[in-house]
Amino acid sequence: MSAVAESGQSAGGQPPITRVSEAIIRIAGNSQDGIQAIGGFLARLAGRSEQEVMTFMTIPSTISGGPSIFQVRIGSGEVQSAGDEADMLLAFYQHSYDNHLSSLKLGGIVLYDSDHVTEFKPENLDKYRHVAVPISSKTVEAIGGSGRDKGKNVFALGLLARIYDLDLDKLKRLVAERFAGKDPKIAETAIMAFDAGYSFQLQDLLKSYQLEHSQKKIGRPQVVMNGNEAIAYGLVAAGVRFGAGYPITPWSDIMEILRRELPKYGGSFQQCEDEIASISMAIGASWGGRVAVTGSSGPGISLKTEALGWACMAEMPLVVVDIQRGGPSTGMPTNIEQSDLNIACFGGHGDSPRVVIAPATVEDCFYSAIEAVNIARKFSTPVILLSDQGIATRIEAFPEPDLKAICQDITPDFSPVADHKPYDLAAADGITRHLAPGTRVGSGKYPVVTGLEHDELGHPTGSPKLHLQMTAKRRNKLKKLGQELPKPVVYGPAEGQVLLVSWGSAQGPVREAVDKFRSLGDAVSAVHVKYINPLPEGLAEIFKGFRHIFVVELTDEGLYGYGQFAAVLRARYCDPKIKGITKVDGLTWKVKEIVDRVRAGIAAANQASQA
Amino acid sequence: MSVLDIPFGVLPRTTDTAGLPVPAPLADSDRKPLTKKEISADHPTWCPGCGDFSVLALYFKLIEKRKMHHEKVTTVAGIGCSSRFPYFVQAHGAHFIHGRALPFATGVALSRPDLHVCVFGGDGDAFSIGGNHFTHTARKNVKLTYVVMDNNVYGLTKNQTSPTSPLGFKSKTDVWGAKDRPINPIKQAICAGATFVARTSHTNPNHVLQMMEAAMDHDGFSFIQCLSECVEFYPGAFDNSNPRKGGKFDLVPADHDVTDEYAAYKLAEDLAPGKFGVIYKASRPTKNANEQAIINDHQSKVAGLAPWQILQKNFDRMK
Repeated sequence: MSAVAESGQSAGGQPPITRVSEAIIRIAGNSQDGIQAIGGFLARLAGRSEQEVMTFMTIPSTISGGPSIFQVRIGSGEVQSAGDEADMLLAFYQHSYDNHLSSLKLGGIVLYDSDHVTEFKPENLDKYRHVAVPISSKTVEAIGGSGRDKGKNVFALGLLARIYDLDLDKLKRLVAERFAGKDPKIAETAIMAFDAGYSFQLQDLLKSYQLEHSQKKIGRPQVVMNGNEAIAYGLVAAGVRFGAGYPITPWSDIMEILRRELPKYGGSFQQCEDEIASISMAIGASWGGRVAVTGSSGPGISLKTEALGWACMAEMPLVVVDIQRGGPSTGMPTNIEQSDLNIACFGGHGDSPRVVIAPATVEDCFYSAIEAVNIARKFSTPVILLSDQGIATRIEAFPEPDLKAICQDITPDFSPVADHKPYDLAAADGITRHLAPGTRVGSGKYPVVTGLEHDELGHPTGSPKLHLQMTAKRRNKLKKLGQELPKPVVYGPAEGQVLLVSWGSAQGPVREAVDKFRSLGDAVSAVHVKYINPLPEGLAEIFKGFRHIFVVELTDEGLYGYGQFAAVLRARYCDPKIKGITKVDGLTWKVKEIVDRVRAGIAAANQASQA
Repeated sequence: MSVLDIPFGVLPRTTDTAGLPVPAPLADSDRKPLTKKEISADHPTWCPGCGDFSVLALYFKLIEKRKMHHEKVTTVAGIGCSSRFPYFVQAHGAHFIHGRALPFATGVALSRPDLHVCVFGGDGDAFSIGGNHFTHTARKNVKLTYVVMDNNVYGLTKNQTSPTSPLGFKSKTDVWGAKDRPINPIKQAICAGATFVARTSHTNPNHVLQMMEAAMDHDGFSFIQCLSECVEFYPGAFDNSNPRKGGKFDLVPADHDVTDEYAAYKLAEDLAPGKFGVIYKASRPTKNANEQAIINDHQSKVAGLAPWQILQKNFDRMK
């Protein structure tokens, strides 16, 4: 936490206040303690205060809970990642203390529940400021002593409110809103626990902190949500009214939201017997006239690939959401990885071109979902929205979208036509247009949709010529899309020593790494690629401006030393400068990791050129 | 947002051929019923003598008899000889992947309540690769008709054992005769919760039409097992139910209570050749009706609001 100013004033026993531009708080406990709720409150408070916020959480993949953390980074400036090192660690248990102390920066504060954390290594006492609070027993005392410590999360929130001099009114309103609608006693109890935490005398703490006001002036209020919520609501805004899925972490909450929300709009979301049924059902509904959605995570995407190939062949609009997790197989279900890139771009038998878009932030998830729907409709193609566990679960604040202007009505048109060939080879734009069943055709010739190679009306053919023409048709429409896509923009100067390439959630930490390099005088820039397949134009020109190119991604380095996206870029641009910076530890990038790996990469390249 | 913004609403539809008049919206009563010629499309690719021909002919007859118009006919199939069905019908049709015709059709049925979807397929499609979907579509009681043209053998891939091949049946994958106990499709359907279960055979055209009509009229998942002989790989499979071949086409007894699940199950005990007719019929809310009730309930709470205003309420809670 970078201190900005310190006031010597100690008002009414309050420790003196230090103004800071940002704070990184890590809360460590067990998943059933409601630590996500504390993080959520802090994130929403930041959103209401026009501050930037980003969170990071880990959840155990076990059913009955287990160690879990929630990290919140709140800043008055731009926040691009959840932060490398925490300013404060709130540790509920001995294991939380033991496992997360190293995530704290030297001299940082560890606030621990002295009812549970009792063992300390002497050297750590010198490195970090230790502040003891009997959180469990004080919570029990505050809420009437039922012997249960449920509510200690809200007590801890009170403590943090005191330490960070947070806006008490806004925070209490958030707590009251959160528990509204339930038994009024629950809300009362929560406020009691909060007040107890807030008024607890932190005698060990020398000063408290106040976050600076945000410099950014945004016209619209901010909304606070996680990436999966943003995708679900983006799909609703885009006009999607039917979807089908099967539960799998970390995709499930999208289907839960859509199941709950779509009926309000006259639509429905179906939970199916399996992954294959869910994509099949969504494709059926798309054929019914209105682009539908299915989704999953790695293992489920594998199961969907045959039907996805049908959608490529029949050229059916469809949105497939893939919330990537650690793979292969069941892998690391609650950890982040970007290793579904290959299956998203190439998964399936035969040549089956499809569109792949990877959102970079929570806000981007909302707009990318709308874009995915519109590309699917405009190009009559399946579109894979490739998000990941990191964006799915992290909370960000972003300017509220102008829903009145954004929400789309994509009601299908069933009005009669004179004649229609969906796979018209002479179509001016080269793009397939389907007629939904129920549409009358004056000529009496009705189209069929199929996975067999087909003629212009969809009837099967074994003609070598038609297979060539139709394969080209399916390929060329995506080439056309590639030409229409916005060109990527370089972050930093357009020429320099090193270019970092990011896709998906790596954008934030990569940009922070660029800032770090630039502050040290190194000529490092970055480019973020959102449209993975087809690639936009303009990358070759950007690559020319740099000596080294590193693709930063959460995949394995592979047999030949390149991550999955780096391999795609090398195949596309035949540029030997393109190298990979990869890792698969299941965690998001730390800025320091990227900086160190870039330095090592340059050293290795220089050594190789000298040898 | 990017240059990919496209106008909201429907996309332009191309290939409206100049010179051809766009049909005026006419009341159904003002339109002429379809002739067999108008409703048939590609010439079937089946072997001469295949039982599937008669099922197709009777589907045409059903469309004629019910005075259905082209655009309302929706035919869906998976993979297999019989699943080529949609190509032979001059109407909107979908030829989907192996075994997944039912979930595809469910997507159509749930999003397009104005259409009655007819799904055609074979025994491999229905009971092997698509077995899971058969169970779940039946239990959810999705409103659609599923006609399984059961020939007890894989035909398209040329003579392998199917899930309904009887014990001892010799195929290329069981040269010594099938050892695995075959599936009883009728029992399977009843246990899964199908609300309309019928049996018929391609050798009795009037009966096939009768069953198809009853299935169309049923409000729910209607399943017909239609024996359909594969003259190439299993000739004579159903001679025992064909009076012309010395067999007996035994109807379901007049006193059978079709709503009695146990009686129906018992009636399906022996399917060689077994009884023909409606074996089980129950009345249970359809998936379609259940979903519509959920929609009605939710929409009543947001009556008068535009979609963006409904979404705005969610966003207001996330500030």
